[in-house]
Amino acid sequence: MYDQPNLESTVSQNDIKISADKVQVYYGENHAIKDVSVEIEDKTVTAFIGPSGCGKSTFLRTLNRMNDTIDICRVEGNINLDGEDIYDPKVDPVQLRAKVGMVFQKPNPFPKSIYDNIAYGPRIHGLASSKAELDEIVEKSLRRGAIWEEVKDRLHAPGTGLSGGQQQRLCIARAIATEPEVLLMDEPCSALDPIATAQVEELIDELRSRYSVVIVTHSMQQAARVSQKTAFFHLGNLVEYDDTSKIFTNPTDERTESYITGRIG
Amino acid sequence: MIAAASIAILTTIGIVLSLVFNTVEFFRLYNAWDFFFGVEWAPSFSGRGGASELGVLPLLWGTLYISIVALAVAIPIGLFSAIYLSEYASPRVRAIAKPALEVLAGIPTIVYGLFALLTVGPLLVSVFGEGGYLGVDWQGGGRAVLTAGIVMGMMLIPFVSSLSDDIINAVPQAMRDGSYGLGATQSETIRQVVLPAALPGIVGAILLAASRAIGETMIVVLGAGAAARLSLNPFEAMTTVTAKIVSQLTGDSDFASPEALVAFALGMTLFVLTLGLNVIALYIVRKYREQYD
Amino acid sequence: MTDASVTPTAAPKPNTSLHQTDARTRKRNAAEKRFKAYGIAAILVGVTFLVILAVSIIRSGLPAFTQTVISVPFTLTQEQFDDAESQLFKTKAYSGHFNSALVETLKAEGLEVSADAKAFERILGKTGGTLREFYAENPDKLGQEVDFELSASSRVDGYMNGRVTRENMEDSRFLEKADLDTVDALIEVGIIKEAFNWNFITGADSGVDNPGGAGIGASVVGSFFMMLVVLFLSLPIGVAASIYLEEFAPQNKFTDLIEVNISNLAAVPSIVFGILGLAVFIQFMHLPQSAPLVGGLVLTLMTLPTIIISTRASLKAVPPSIRDAALGVGASKMQAVFHHVLPLAMPGILTGTIIGLAQALGETAPLLLIGMVGFVARGYPDGFIAGFTEPNSAMPAQIYTWAARADVGFYEKAWGGIIILLLFLLTMNILAVILRRRFERRW
Repeated sequence: MYDQPNLESTVSQNDIKISADKVQVYYGENHAIKDVSVEIEDKTVTAFIGPSGCGKSTFLRTLNRMNDTIDICRVEGNINLDGEDIYDPKVDPVQLRAKVGMVFQKPNPFPKSIYDNIAYGPRIHGLASSKAELDEIVEKSLRRGAIWEEVKDRLHAPGTGLSGGQQQRLCIARAIATEPEVLLMDEPCSALDPIATAQVEELIDELRSRYSVVIVTHSMQQAARVSQKTAFFHLGNLVEYDDTSKIFTNPTDERTESYITGRIG
Repeated sequence: MIAAASIAILTTIGIVLSLVFNTVEFFRLYNAWDFFFGVEWAPSFSGRGGASELGVLPLLWGTLYISIVALAVAIPIGLFSAIYLSEYASPRVRAIAKPALEVLAGIPTIVYGLFALLTVGPLLVSVFGEGGYLGVDWQGGGRAVLTAGIVMGMMLIPFVSSLSDDIINAVPQAMRDGSYGLGATQSETIRQVVLPAALPGIVGAILLAASRAIGETMIVVLGAGAAARLSLNPFEAMTTVTAKIVSQLTGDSDFASPEALVAFALGMTLFVLTLGLNVIALYIVRKYREQYD
Repeated sequence: MTDASVTPTAAPKPNTSLHQTDARTRKRNAAEKRFKAYGIAAILVGVTFLVILAVSIIRSGLPAFTQTVISVPFTLTQEQFDDAESQLFKTKAYSGHFNSALVETLKAEGLEVSADAKAFERILGKTGGTLREFYAENPDKLGQEVDFELSASSRVDGYMNGRVTRENMEDSRFLEKADLDTVDALIEVGIIKEAFNWNFITGADSGVDNPGGAGIGASVVGSFFMMLVVLFLSLPIGVAASIYLEEFAPQNKFTDLIEVNISNLAAVPSIVFGILGLAVFIQFMHLPQSAPLVGGLVLTLMTLPTIIISTRASLKAVPPSIRDAALGVGASKMQAVFHHVLPLAMPGILTGTIIGLAQALGETAPLLLIGMVGFVARGYPDGFIAGFTEPNSAMPAQIYTWAARADVGFYEKAWGGIIILLLFLLTMNILAVILRRRFERRW
């Protein structure tokens, strides 16, 4: 495990996957996200940190339009995925979410078997044309989710019967199964014990080779351990966005410094 | 206060004793085998002599058939209403439609009975009867399995819908988010995630509705007819266990005759049947809960 | 951790633009629309059922509240009175006088009516009896002009309501086609008219051949007595049982048994309670058949689970801090419950009780078994006490009796009875809602 910010990984330069420009989010009267612009790189783990209620989860949910399911929520500004505006009226959020997968705070396996949990996404998106192909996708996803060895003998047992850490890796595997390009993770380890957290963090680092990963976290140590880029949010504003090593060793803004040193939050 | 609380137990004991006592009396006068497996229901009127045929099978079949028709009406309408109200409807639509459906549960069954007899029966005859809109001659009279079944289904809609509505609302939002996050549409989420999660509760609701249907009396007394027969034709009049309990006990027949006592055996059958359904409903709910806890 | 055998290359994916909806998504969105439409259709069907039900109740039931009356000013002289009383068929003589007076009135209006005594009887019913009764009670009215309002025969009533028409009727001893001409003439001069049928609301059931005279009043009184029994038994018993189970009962096998019992009793079909009532109260305890007391006892047993369940819910809703506060200032457990918890739970208990009573009021099946049907109450009970034990009917049982009769004239009465019954239920439910709104407390 990394206890030091992984300095070596910040050297490489990647393409821009998501670019947000002057994004505002309103919940009814409440201005939750104020003027946030950020560019998220491909094949990189980007961490959103900040005190509770700072808007980091809200902003994460705008990236795959999960906020659409909340009636009173309104989004302004531009968010582009590979140069295409995701809030364009021509975009079907269903197609968007297949490209931008999401993992939630609490593990939420469906009340189905482990196999069906993974096969759910590929089935609805029509990714497999035969049973054999589907089996293959399930196995591949479970392997990438680093849980195959633990569940291969009980694929047809209910997913809800797994331990918390296994459930969360199952949910990550489920998100991977739809072949997304970006993975959003909303505090994926907050409901897990330290050992399960370590396993999930290791998995996140491996996922970087294929996906752009955005992770919201409460824990600064976690951000330091897994991410290459870090964005610090405070009261709905994006205060600072830079290489993780820079944020944790030499922040520019004093609010960031106060937060990292534990004076606010 | 303990005495007051015990009244519930006394009532149950009273029910069981009054049923058992009279049922035993009945089986002393009438062969139990003939009662449970007889396919003929033809009580002779008391005082005129002659042996009665008191087989319960035609009555059970009528009960079952009418209940199936009722559930075939109530389950799709109730379930889809519940889904729409809990997942799609705006708060305003919900505030109007939910109480409107629940009014159906507050209406006394005698009203439904009269509605079956005087409105739905004639309406069905004007469609399926001789000289009806369809030009077929399937239905002879207003009283029929279909008449009672449809009206009973109406009555059961709110049972299915409000229970299912509560249960669907209890499915955690995290479950829905997980599905939306994978790019599922709302209907895919409902069909493949929310409904399977809510299934135990919904099964429980349906079994409770079934138990209601089996024990319902006024609708079948007025809407289903009095002829006991084993038939598959939904346009024919049939009768049920409850309707026969009423007709055997409201005549002038002497309480000691098998024709009157049979009503207690029928009541016993009904009691065991509905109790069994309730127990099964609770068992299924508990088993599913354990699985997904 | 990770399996080494996974090939690092991701499966090649078709590079699709988000700005183009692919065929599969279009298909899925169509399925989404269909699914939503099913939901709307289901709700519409349910609401349509409700509307059809309401329309048929109102359309078929309203005529029960009106009746066709013949209103004629009529003078009977002392001589005519003496003459009629001296004859063998006295009522017939009265009818004769009345009919000839009616013909005179019509002549004065310029209408020639060719109708014999039989025809008048078919239209007016037997008037003689009513007249004779009137003059026997009011001899001082002899020689004076009196405005009579006599109810027309049920066929004429049907003609007025549109139930009987010239096309669908056949000549019978009840009404002939020719009579309808007379009726039309009488309508024209305003002698036959519609009036509000007070008798329907206040009167008792009539015989099987007289739908016009049937009223629901007696059975309303019967229902009222039953509800009194239910209220005064089920409320104290239900509240006592709930307080015991919620506040005092130890967790043991016995209380478990009671709990299971209560929830099971709530699901027992109502007709089984009727069997219980018949076997225990009538066969075993020899209480009088058809009496509101027995009906009330049976309905009490049925209502108890409802009341216990709702009472326990309202007791549970009172926060423990209230109990702790009372116990903290030195109240006994009993005092804490009766002085503090119970008053706070009272609105909820009353709401539950009213809803339980409303259910009991509409319950029919058990009443059939204890003999509250097919029974014509002659007059009202003489005293308040006698009301509980004298045979009577109840509203839903009365409606059933009418629905089961052969004469179609009774159907209208049955629908009318339902309107009255539903009005009672509506009032009770509104009361419950008001009570809940008024006293609702959020802790």
